[in-house]
Amino acid sequence: MPNTLSTVAYTVAAALFILSLSGLGNPETARRGNFFGIAGMLIALVATAAGQQFSGYGMLALALIPAALIGWVLASRVQMTEMPQLVALLHSFVGAAAVLVGFATLLKPNHTMIGAEAAIHTIEIYIGVCIGSVTFTGSVIAFAKLHGIIGGKPLILPARHLANIIVLLVTLWIGSQFVHAVETEQIARSLWLLGAATAITALLGIHMVMAIGGADMPVVVSMLNSYSGWAAAAAGFMLSNDLLIITGALVGSSGAILSYIMCKGMNRSFLSVILGGFGAAEGTAVEVEGEHREIQVDQTVSLIRNAKRIVIVPGYGMAVAQAQHTLSELTKDLQSNGVMVQFAIHPIAGRLPGHMNVLLAEANVSYDIVLEMDEINHEFPETDLVLVIGANDIVNPSAIDDPASTIAGMPVLEVWKAKDVIVMKRSMASGYAGIANPLFFKPNTQMLFGDAKKNVDAILTAYRSG
Amino acid sequence: MRIGIPKEIHPGERRVAGTPRTVKDLIQMGFTVVVEQGAGNAAEHYDEMYAEAGAVITNDVRSLWADSDIVLKVHSPQYHEDLDAHEADLIQQGGCLIGFIWPAQHQSLLDKLNARGASVLAMDCVPRITRAQKVDALSAMANAAGYRAVIEAVNVYPRFLTGQSTAAGAIKPAKVLVIGAGVAGLAAIGTARSLGAIVRAFDTRLEVGDQVRSMGAEFLELDFDEEGAGQGGYAKVMSKEFLDAEMKLFAQQAMDVDIIISTALIPGKPAPLLITAGMVESMREGGVIVDMAAQQGGNCALTEPGELKIHKGVRIVGYTDLPSRMAIQTSWLYASTLVNMIDEMGGVQNFKIDLENEIIRGALVCHKGETTWPPPQVTPPVIATSPDQPRADTLEVTKVEVKKPAPWLQYLVLIIAALALFGLGVSAPESFLSHFTVFVLACFVGWQVVWNVAPALHTPLMSVTNAISGIILIGGMMHLSGAPTHTVTILSAVAVFIAAINISGGFLVTRRMLSMFHR
Repeated sequence: MPNTLSTVAYTVAAALFILSLSGLGNPETARRGNFFGIAGMLIALVATAAGQQFSGYGMLALALIPAALIGWVLASRVQMTEMPQLVALLHSFVGAAAVLVGFATLLKPNHTMIGAEAAIHTIEIYIGVCIGSVTFTGSVIAFAKLHGIIGGKPLILPARHLANIIVLLVTLWIGSQFVHAVETEQIARSLWLLGAATAITALLGIHMVMAIGGADMPVVVSMLNSYSGWAAAAAGFMLSNDLLIITGALVGSSGAILSYIMCKGMNRSFLSVILGGFGAAEGTAVEVEGEHREIQVDQTVSLIRNAKRIVIVPGYGMAVAQAQHTLSELTKDLQSNGVMVQFAIHPIAGRLPGHMNVLLAEANVSYDIVLEMDEINHEFPETDLVLVIGANDIVNPSAIDDPASTIAGMPVLEVWKAKDVIVMKRSMASGYAGIANPLFFKPNTQMLFGDAKKNVDAILTAYRSG
Repeated sequence: MRIGIPKEIHPGERRVAGTPRTVKDLIQMGFTVVVEQGAGNAAEHYDEMYAEAGAVITNDVRSLWADSDIVLKVHSPQYHEDLDAHEADLIQQGGCLIGFIWPAQHQSLLDKLNARGASVLAMDCVPRITRAQKVDALSAMANAAGYRAVIEAVNVYPRFLTGQSTAAGAIKPAKVLVIGAGVAGLAAIGTARSLGAIVRAFDTRLEVGDQVRSMGAEFLELDFDEEGAGQGGYAKVMSKEFLDAEMKLFAQQAMDVDIIISTALIPGKPAPLLITAGMVESMREGGVIVDMAAQQGGNCALTEPGELKIHKGVRIVGYTDLPSRMAIQTSWLYASTLVNMIDEMGGVQNFKIDLENEIIRGALVCHKGETTWPPPQVTPPVIATSPDQPRADTLEVTKVEVKKPAPWLQYLVLIIAALALFGLGVSAPESFLSHFTVFVLACFVGWQVVWNVAPALHTPLMSVTNAISGIILIGGMMHLSGAPTHTVTILSAVAVFIAAINISGGFLVTRRMLSMFHR
C-alpha cells in the first residue's frame, strides 16, 4: 500500500473516531458511535499493517491475537460495579505502551533529522515517556485504590507540594541532559537518563494519586483518561503520525472536560483536587450532634405506600451492595401502582463519571426516569418521599448552609426539601469527605440501617405481600 | 429541655403557637412540651389531641411560664388579667421566648423582658434572606391574610366576581385593585384572579411588576421616575411629588374598581393614607375596601380597626385578625416556622443562641438583659437604593464583592501565550508545525464534540476513549519490522500487546454498557 493511501486511510480513521465521540451524544446513537470507533480502529490497523515499511507480521500476530483475546475475556467478565477499576487499569496500559514506544523510538535512531528538528524529536520522546510513566503508575495506584487493594484514605506526606516541585525541576534538568546526550550520540548515557526520568515520573504518578481521597476518584480517573490521551498524542509527535496526534488530542480533551465537569460537581478547583489531601482532617466544620431517628423496614414500606411521588438517590453504597437490581424491580412495582418514581443522579455519585447511570441501565431502569441533579433539584419540594441509598456527601445540606464546611458551595441534591427522607446506610459513619451530615438529624429524615441490598430486598418483599 | 405553649390572651386571637402536629415534631426532636389547658380550643385543637401527641397539659399558667426553658407565643406578651400579672414577668429568669414581638412598637416590653434576662427571638424580625424562608412567619401569615382579605371582601360584596352571560343578561366581572404587592398583595391577587375578577395592582417598588404580572394581574405604573424599594425588600417613604401622582391614580381607580384591597405598609411607620373619604364616596355602591393596614392606622381614612363599616354604600373592612380567622391553618403554618427556628437554634442537643448565625442574630431582640435590636447591619440591600438616599457604605461593600481577578493577570497569560506561539513560529521546523496544527485543531474538535455527550454516558465515553487511545498500538507497529530478537522489536511487541488488550477490552465493555441503556 503506498504511503499516500495509508494517509487517506488514517484520515478516514480519524473522522470515524470523531463520529464515534459525537455518537455518544445520546443513548440512541451511542451504539453506532461505538461501532464507528471499532471501524476506525480496524482501518487504522489494516492501513499500518499494509504499509510499505511494515513486515513484522509474525510479531504482530504473536502480540495482537492473545492480547485481543485477553481484552475480550476481561471485558466480558467484568461486573458493572467494577467498571472504575477496569477503566483505571486500561489507562495504565496506554501509559505503559507510551513509555515502551518512547524507548523503542530512542533505540531506533532516525538519522534523517538534523538541528532543531532532531532536538524537537528528542524532546518529544522525553515528554511522551514522562507522561506515559505518570499515567502508568498513577493508573495502577488508582486501580489499586478502587479495587480496595490499598485504602482510600489520602496519603499526606510532609512538604508534599515542595516534593512535587522538586521532582518536576529534576525532571526538567534530566530532560536537558537527555537532549544533550542524544545530540552527542552518547547512547548509553541517554538511555540511562531516560530510564531515570521514567523512574522519577513514575514516583510522581504514585505520589499524586496516593494523595487523593476516595471521593475525588472520579476526577482522578477522568484526569488519567486525559493523560492517556496526551501520552498517545506525544507518541504521535515522536513518530510524526497525525492519526496518533488527532486521536490523542481527542481523548486528552475528552478527559479534560470530564475532569472539569467533575470538579464543578464538587465546587473545587482542578488544582486543589490534583494537589490532593482532600478528606484529611483539614475541615473546620462544626460537628453535628443530635438525635437521628431510626426506622424499620415495615415503617419504610408504609411510607412508600403513602407516597405518590418518590425520588431515589443512589450513591456508591448502592453499587457496593449491588442493590440496583432489586431497586429496579421495586421501581417497576411502584410504577404499575401509579406511583411516580425518579432517580436523581449527582455528577460525582460513584467512583466514575456516569457510574450510577451505567449501574441503573444494567438493572433495566429506563433512562427516561434517571435525571441529572439540575433537572430534579427544584422538584424535591413536591416530592413525598426520597430514598437515599448509600449516598452521603452529595446530599449534605452543609454544602449550602454552613460556610465553614469543607464542602461549602458544592452543589448538592436538596433532598431535605421533600416531605420525608429515608437514608439507607450501614452506620452513622461520615462519607468520604469525612464530615458529619446534618441531613441525618433533620426532623423529616429517618435512618434505615443495614446492608442496602438486604434492606431493599426486604422492602420489596414486604411491599409485594401487603 | 422544656417547651411551654400558653393560651393566647390577646382579645380575639384564635391562633396558638403549637399544634398537635408540631408538638409531635418537637417531642421527636427530644423536647418535653407543656401546653396550657384549652390553649388550642379556638383553633379547634383540643387538649386530648395535644395529650395524644405527647404533650403535658396543665392549667397552672404561672408554672408553665416559670418552668419552661422556651416559651412559644403568637402575640407579644401582655398584661394577663386572670393572673393580675404581665406575661413578661412570668418568664423564667434567663429563659427563652419566641413569638411576634414588634420591638419598634413595644419598647417598654423589651425593658420588662430584659429585667428577666430573657433571650427573646422576634419572629417578625427574621432577616429576609433565602436561608431564612423556612422561619419566615410573617410571609406565612401575610399569605394567609391576603387570601382571607379577598374572601372577606367577597363575603360582603353583593355581586358576582366572575363575569357571566346568563339568560337574564350579561354580568360584568368585578374589578379588583390591590395596593401593595408584597406577600399578602400577591396572595390576594392570586385569590381574586381565581375567583374570576379582573385584577390590577400597584406598588411603589417597580421591580415587583413581573411578579404581579406572573400572578395574572395588570401592574399599574405612574408616569414618574422614582424607585420605592427600601432595605430588605420592603417599601420606603416616597417623595411628595410621587405621592401626589400616586393619589391621582388611586382617585381614578376608585371610580372604576369594585373592590380595593390595600396592604401598604412601611416598616416601623404608621400606614400611609392612600384612600381619602372622597375616593370612598366616588366608588360604586356595593363597593368594598379591605384595609389590611388597619392595625397600623389604615390606608383608608374611614377605616375603623377591627370593624366592618358601611359608608354611603361602600363596605370598609377593617378586620385586624385576618390570619386568626383561619386559625387551624395559620396556627400550623406559624407553629411550623417556630419548629424550624428551634431546629435552627440547634434542637435539643445543641440548643444555643448563636450570635454568629445570621437568622438568629437578626431575630434576637433581647439577650442577657440587653436590647439587641435593631441588629447590626451586615447585608447590603437586596435592591439598589434610590438616588436621593445614597448609601455609600453598602454600595462600596457590593463593589468589593464583585471585584474580578486582576485584569493584568489575564493579559499577562495572553501575552505569554502569544510570545510562546511567536517563538514557536520563528524557531520550530516546518514538519513539527504541521503536526502542531493538527494537534491544536484536534483538541478543539474534541472539546466541541465531547461537550455534547450526555452526562449519563460519561462512563461509556471514558471506556470508548480508552479504547481509541489504544491507537498507540500503531506506534508500536511502526517499530515492529526489525529482527525479532532486537530490543526495539521486543519493546514494540510488548507495547502492541498491551495496547491491543486496551482496544478489544475497551470497545467490548463499551458495547456491553451501551446495550443496557434503554428507554
